Amino acid sequence: MEKSSLLDYLPILIMFGIAAGFAGLILFLTHVVGPRRKTRVKLEAFECGIEPQGNARVPFSIKYFLVAIIFVLFDIEIIFMYPWAANFKVLGILGVIEVFTFIALLLVGFYYMLSKKALKWED
Amino acid sequence: MTAFILYKSIICLAIFILSLTVAAYASWWERKLSGFLQDRYGPNRAGKWGLLQPLADGGKMLFKEEIIPNLSNKFLFVIAPGIFIITTIVAGVLIPWAPPVKIGDTYYAMQATDIDIGVVFLLGVTSVGVYGIMIGGWASNNKYSLLGAIRASAQMISYELAMGISLIALIISAGGTLSFSEILQVQDAGYANVVWQPLGFVIFFVCSLAETNRAPFDLAECETELVGGYHTEYSAFKLGLFLFAEYMAMFVSSAVMAGFYFGGYNFPFAAELYQAMGLEEGSWIITLIGFTVYFAKTLLFISVFMWIRWTLPRFRYDQLMNLGWKALLPLSLLNLAITVVVEFIRGNIQF
Repeated sequence: MEKSSLLDYLPILIMFGIAAGFAGLILFLTHVVGPRRKTRVKLEAFECGIEPQGNARVPFSIKYFLVAIIFVLFDIEIIFMYPWAANFKVLGILGVIEVFTFIALLLVGFYYMLSKKALKWED
Repeated sequence: MTAFILYKSIICLAIFILSLTVAAYASWWERKLSGFLQDRYGPNRAGKWGLLQPLADGGKMLFKEEIIPNLSNKFLFVIAPGIFIITTIVAGVLIPWAPPVKIGDTYYAMQATDIDIGVVFLLGVTSVGVYGIMIGGWASNNKYSLLGAIRASAQMISYELAMGISLIALIISAGGTLSFSEILQVQDAGYANVVWQPLGFVIFFVCSLAETNRAPFDLAECETELVGGYHTEYSAFKLGLFLFAEYMAMFVSSAVMAGFYFGGYNFPFAAELYQAMGLEEGSWIITLIGFTVYFAKTLLFISVFMWIRWTLPRFRYDQLMNLGWKALLPLSLLNLAITVVVEFIRGNIQF
């Protein structure tokens, strides 16, 4: 296809406007309509009926953080493959060899990650 | 220029209204189908067959009390559902719903826009949806919400990897284009992409189940452990927006699947049928038929999503993570290798 111009992105902006307008309207309406009978207990954090114990801003398992970091690494590397996928006919066999070398390097990192038990959840 | 903006605005508005309606009635259809699968009636009080149920639900949500907990981060708490629904609506902007219609001498595409990085744009926008969940769960300052939000975001980012790689394989099968409309056009004359990408389709399907937080991957809101998950503290229409956005995400991913892997508005022997009916290219009847076909495929996928919910039990969290990282990720790389070999055989990659 021909190169897309900046004008092609205008509908996305329009859609964003519609969506933001809709979300704003609903959030405003639900704030205005509806009864307001606030009590102290009602505004407490919900903990199945017992009194809330402390703050919810507590430390959580480091595993989730690890997953997030590994995701960032891998996701960036996957994005690198998209230009190849869009031009694989032009790049031909050379492109295939290069990309699969890249994937092999990626898999070495993946193996290292697994051997360090970064994704071991059951313990 | 004004005409262009007007035409694009109409298309955008039509897509918006379509996705709103489908999202609302998907909730009705889910309950009806669940009723059928469990041998009970489902909603049948509001209107004929309970058809007015989504409106009644919406009205009820609007007239409920809005509660913003004392300890919550109020600004973030309020905007989180907004972020979530905006991203899901914007994600639907690229879908070409029907073949272009010819008015006068110009062809009008039944698609809001056709940017040449469509697939990357889709991945980008859908991943912003994680922020809505994460912000909502964190800002509630509730332990259940926090756990639900962390679970949901870890799950969504884990499955995005396999999804991204299966899409790379799809792009190669489609001849190296990132544009939505071209991926659909490739399937016009030849086979649907699922013929070249059976494994890729399965991976993509499982990933979209996980991305939309649908069963069997609904750990973020499994009510036996986490009450409501990340939206435990939400009430009134803010809760409604979260639920709405989930149905809308399901609609968008069904439409993407139907378009990428099952030909979208194309169907077998379409050209022969149009010829037999004496229709010229660009006729509005073709557009109408194409839209109906695409829409039917999308609804079929939505129904499969709901069917799966009542068929498979929920995963345990370590099983979920192992499936995403240790099964689907290597499998999608394998699928990529297979795709390249197939492209050699098809002669699309030269020595």
